[in-house]
Amino acid sequence: MTVTWVALAVLAVALAWPVPILLARASWPSRAPATALVVWQAIALAGGLSMLGALFSYGLEPFGPDLASGLAAFPGWVLSGSLPAGTTFLQMFAVSGGILLGLHLVLTLGLTFGRAERSRRRHAQLVQLLSAPMPERPGLRLLDHEAPVAYCLPGTTRSVTVLSAGLVELLDDQQLRAVIAHELAHATQRHHLLLVAFRAWRGSLPWFPIATRALDAVTVLVEMLADDRARQQVPDEALAASIALVASASNTAAVSSLDSGADAAARALAADGDSAERRLTRLITPGRPLGATARAVALVCSAALLAVPTVLIVAPAVVS
Amino acid sequence: MATLGELERSVMDILWDAPDPLAATDIRDRLDGKELATTTVLTVLGRLESKGFVTRERDARPHLFAAATTRAAHMAELMHEVLGTAPDREAVLARFIGQVSAGEADTLRRMLSDK
Repeated sequence: MTVTWVALAVLAVALAWPVPILLARASWPSRAPATALVVWQAIALAGGLSMLGALFSYGLEPFGPDLASGLAAFPGWVLSGSLPAGTTFLQMFAVSGGILLGLHLVLTLGLTFGRAERSRRRHAQLVQLLSAPMPERPGLRLLDHEAPVAYCLPGTTRSVTVLSAGLVELLDDQQLRAVIAHELAHATQRHHLLLVAFRAWRGSLPWFPIATRALDAVTVLVEMLADDRARQQVPDEALAASIALVASASNTAAVSSLDSGADAAARALAADGDSAERRLTRLITPGRPLGATARAVALVCSAALLAVPTVLIVAPAVVS
Repeated sequence: MATLGELERSVMDILWDAPDPLAATDIRDRLDGKELATTTVLTVLGRLESKGFVTRERDARPHLFAAATTRAAHMAELMHEVLGTAPDREAVLARFIGQVSAGEADTLRRMLSDK
């Protein structure tokens, strides 16, 4: 079992620090956003699995020859109020840590989803009262506000795409179609679920590169994915123009139209980083899409990332 | 055929525009083009009240209804969230463009014109 926990610990550390930093710096994800999203999910899941696996297989070593029997024997020992001979303080510490970390991850995920759902419902009510349906474009609502904004509000059954009057004013017909196609892609591909999960992941481990880098990267990648969907319907130039127009117009109009939002705007600014610039760059100077072989390699690596900790946790019990 | 949601919006528009609290029958009369029973209007008002958009004067007979806050205040709340400037709110929106700095906006414009 020693081999198991050492291997899991090494994997956990690798996935918590160097791997996400390397992937966040890599340039290929913008050429294959969907593949990169799979890799990020594999890193997050495998990272969590190996963290928990390492803590438990180290801490439960005295309780059984492998993790499964150790887990099975652990409650009995605890209830009887004693511990197997040779159990160290550090091992008990690891088990407690594992239990706490597991609970913490599950609770944070639940809370984040709950909070998102409450905000979403409140926002849907406001949209219902403040925006009008667009008769000529079913599924879209028009918000009577001068700031040029477009967004998708995800729904459990039906998502709503909201355009502002300022946006309709600013863009021509084709650019508007680009924006709408982009937002509908978010809705149909259910990107919000992915974003909430990664936001919960960052909320639970705010000091780990694995969580912060992953959220930043995933946020940009879903935008690129939605851009790619829009590019199937409108020329790249129309999408590029709408990104540049909306970005520069919202920079001047939107934030200044709201007082008291300056601090928060600065924070949001830091969070969004150079996302618009990176999206525009790949539209203006498109790199070739990542080749099929490279994509396959990335997917196999993702599968392996998930398989390794699973095998390390399960296999000893199966073998013995 | 107006949906319940559209009816809620029409009722709020009336309440936002009215200087004084209104009775359900007043609201029904102002919903032009829609032949509605007063009970329907009361149902809509009840839903809006439970969501916190409408207040009800229970001392008056019949009950009088008013908008809890102005349209502008609700619009500000919505826009804060849309622009990502709402504090302590879980972000739920997929915005077409997030916040950009003045510098970045310049860069984007230049990138497009240099093309």
